[in-house]
Amino acid sequence: MFDGPDPVYLQIADQIRQDVLSGALPADTQVMSTTQYATTFRINPATAAKAFAQLVDEGVLYKRRGVGMFVVPGARERLQAARREAFGTEVVDAAARQAVVLGIDLDDLVDLLRDAYARARRDVDAPADAEADAHVRRHVGERAHDEAAHAGG
Amino acid sequence: MTRTTGTTGPEHAPPGAREDPTPAAAAPTGERPSDAAARETTTADGASREATTDGAAGGGYGVRLRMVTQRFGRTTALDHVDLDVRPGTVTGLLGRNSAGKSTLAALVAGFRRPTVGSVHVDGEDPWENPRVAAGTCLVREAGDVLVDRSLRDNLRYAAGARPTFAPDLALELCDRFGLDLTATPTALSRGRRSAFGIVLGLASRAPLTILDEVTLGLDSAARQVFHDALIADYAAHPRTIVVATHLVAEVEPLLEDVVVLDAGRVLVAGALDDLQDRAVTLTGPAGSVDRVAAGHRVVGRQEAGPTVRVTVLDADDTLRARARELGVHVGRVGLQDLLVDLTAPIPPAAPGTAATPATATARETSGPVSRPTDETEDHR
Repeated sequence: MFDGPDPVYLQIADQIRQDVLSGALPADTQVMSTTQYATTFRINPATAAKAFAQLVDEGVLYKRRGVGMFVVPGARERLQAARREAFGTEVVDAAARQAVVLGIDLDDLVDLLRDAYARARRDVDAPADAEADAHVRRHVGERAHDEAAHAGG
Repeated sequence: MTRTTGTTGPEHAPPGAREDPTPAAAAPTGERPSDAAARETTTADGASREATTDGAAGGGYGVRLRMVTQRFGRTTALDHVDLDVRPGTVTGLLGRNSAGKSTLAALVAGFRRPTVGSVHVDGEDPWENPRVAAGTCLVREAGDVLVDRSLRDNLRYAAGARPTFAPDLALELCDRFGLDLTATPTALSRGRRSAFGIVLGLASRAPLTILDEVTLGLDSAARQVFHDALIADYAAHPRTIVVATHLVAEVEPLLEDVVVLDAGRVLVAGALDDLQDRAVTLTGPAGSVDRVAAGHRVVGRQEAGPTVRVTVLDADDTLRARARELGVHVGRVGLQDLLVDLTAPIPPAAPGTAATPATATARETSGPVSRPTDETEDHR
């Protein structure tokens, strides 16, 4: 899973930030332990620990001694705010440049954007159940998931 | 802890050297961990690591070599080696065959004394040291087993000889490797003998476990079993595990630190993440790449028409910024490729082409002999 060009600890940190942003990791939920990362992805537990250290520095995770690493309340909003700033230069700029290169005029670009946004809104409001289950299972653990399902009925 | 390449000198700052801010790892040679109180240290990356008085109860033994030279007659197997193995890490001991890895492993395990220099394991000389010996397990490809006794008897013997031995783990691993406990080691295939060596090594739970080329004869599925078992047991029972291997790509994700030996000298040593931060490939038009790489330690060069890729060992933020400006792509170097570049001579420029600045720089640092490690020769 972590086979991208960046160092593995950065990929793990990015994945956790993504999951916090998407809501898959809500505030005060526990992330997988370094041991779980190690045995699941066949990496040194120190690699996961390094990712956690970075996220603690950023205020995304906090540590409960003897228990594990948890998502900081408000981390999602803070990540969103930070990402919004980069969004303009990184994503919008790149799309606009590419549209110019491909000869797509502004009105067509706006139409494309409108359709894409509507699709994205639909996906957020009603995510696939299997995907949500997978997220919970991965980050909260089997027992917590089963308890939640049992309690929820 | 300081990472050094070959000999040290105050004027020489090899790329791998850095000051370690943690008091535990920077313990002077004479300090005995048993004299210090148990304390928790925070390493540079914020991860905490217990540094306790007893290596067996805590994070494993640290190892320190200073000015170690090992000669066998006229052969110099190890040449002015300075290195530290951080306690509680999985450390790769890498290098080509006959680089000196096995000699180093034997010295650390107290099987012989160095011709020159000092070896300290958990703060003490391991030579004829019962306490340290009980906490050190060296598995060599030859396998130091009782050849005429069954595997089961071998396990019983190991359990009796070592206070930290874990019989449950041993039996589980024998099962996963498909080993017949009633067989004797000599009756096993090469692969199964290696597998049994791995069982003994991991089940020893020794605070310093050294696995020297233990995968010979193992197929890739069995190597997977080994890696999984190593990681799972290391995570549950932290200790120092030194893995000497030439199968670098496979073992890379398991390693935290590395020591690379070449012809008896330390080429690089340190945290693998740091090494890979500083080792990058630069790909782009030859002129741009050479401008970005100018002044840096270049090893390895490939050309495909107008496009050139070089490997640089001491990348920093300035280099990355320059690469961005000039549209040169910065890529990561896999450990296997890095080792090949580190231990191979720099190829000459293609005939008919002028020597580019980057190549000239590489030649200047490497001198008349085109090896990237020649700066160490100035300090003997």
